[in-house]
Amino acid sequence: MCTVCGCAEGEVQIEGGHHHHEHDHSHDHHHHDHHDHHDHHDHHDHSHAHGHSHSHDHSHDHSHDHEHHHHDEGTVVAEGDNIHFGKGPAHAHVAGMSQSRMVQIEQDILGKNDRYAAINRARFEQQSLFVLNLVSSPGSGKTTLLTETINRIKEARKVAVIEGDQQTANDADRIRETGVPAIQVNTGKGCHLDAHMVGHAMEKFEDMKGGLLFIENVGNLVCPAAFDLGEAHKVAILSVTEGEDKPLKYPDMFHAADLMILNKTDLLPYLDFDVERCIEYARQVNPNIQVMQLSARSGEGMDEWIEWLESHRKNMIQSRIDALQSEIDQFQALL
Amino acid sequence: MHEMSIAEGIIQVLEEQAKEQNYQRVKTVWLEIGPLAMIETDALMFCFDAVTRGSLAEGAKLNIINIEGEAFCMQCLKTVPVQKRYDACPECGSYQLQVTQGDEMRIKELEVE
Repeated sequence: MCTVCGCAEGEVQIEGGHHHHEHDHSHDHHHHDHHDHHDHHDHHDHSHAHGHSHSHDHSHDHSHDHEHHHHDEGTVVAEGDNIHFGKGPAHAHVAGMSQSRMVQIEQDILGKNDRYAAINRARFEQQSLFVLNLVSSPGSGKTTLLTETINRIKEARKVAVIEGDQQTANDADRIRETGVPAIQVNTGKGCHLDAHMVGHAMEKFEDMKGGLLFIENVGNLVCPAAFDLGEAHKVAILSVTEGEDKPLKYPDMFHAADLMILNKTDLLPYLDFDVERCIEYARQVNPNIQVMQLSARSGEGMDEWIEWLESHRKNMIQSRIDALQSEIDQFQALL
Repeated sequence: MHEMSIAEGIIQVLEEQAKEQNYQRVKTVWLEIGPLAMIETDALMFCFDAVTRGSLAEGAKLNIINIEGEAFCMQCLKTVPVQKRYDACPECGSYQLQVTQGDEMRIKELEVE
């Protein structure tokens, strides 16, 4: 399949191959101008003599059963490797205007998720619930870190866990063995949790006021970076059995995280993982990221982590108190 | 990024807006996407085509408006161009950069009827 436009014909070779684009669009409802060929060709180093003259002839041999479809050629602007669409005067790409019209909407695509996240965040704040979104690749030891953490704090604090996985309730079962409530969210085909799922999962917990909620995201270093769940902090967990260059390979995730935990440090003597270099890479993508080294299995570094949890939880409650106090002060001034 | 859910997100916005703006069909969508938006535009175009089938945007054209990436360099105290999250400042080589533009992922406008 053609990954440039998604049409079901054509041959694709990833990685610098020749991308041939001569299919004749014999299927219905498939109209696109293949202007981005230029862009594509630019990336692949083959000698294919063409200027930016838009000389391809759109020989769609299917009958247009709706004629309100215009292939407009006039609004493409090529600047080096970038092709810009819709840069013509007043977006005059509406050839023959018909009943069609332009609508400016200026909406963030993830706006809906962000709205749900804002609702979650307001709810969490109202309950003084400290929420962390734990993100990592599969197998970094998130669940083990969580069970060890819960065992250390469950006497003092209310704790709950939302577990995200594509399938199975195995992780939630492991959490429940510690005695704290856990909700498993199976995302099915999805590769990340979104704020809407978390909002629903939250409804299953009883009073969590002043407690801690851990959201263990789907093991994936890509998509969860973009989906705000309403958490106080994203925590990226990287085990030292992975490559130290993960922060550079998946920069968005380490950029979005406030804390990076290097887990499984008990294995360091057996590996050639370069801790300093890893931290350096993480700081390249996020100069403000905090780093912690621990082993959930041996317990090394766990005290520091628990301390981090307690101090950040306290800070969150303190800033809530400060906000309420200033509101009270404002009202008192009105008396 | 997960281009399939992004494409579904676009359809959701289009459907919501259809009621507000009173249109039945979407013919063209202009997206503003920055180099730091975690979107692979080729993959997005592929997914968009798949998810629009049977929707009010079936067969709609997806146009990408590329936004330049920009960051404020704490060392140079000025705005510099960046292409990636871990780019160094092109002038002083520092990584103390605060991205100021380029993570946009927005539906700019629509051609509808």
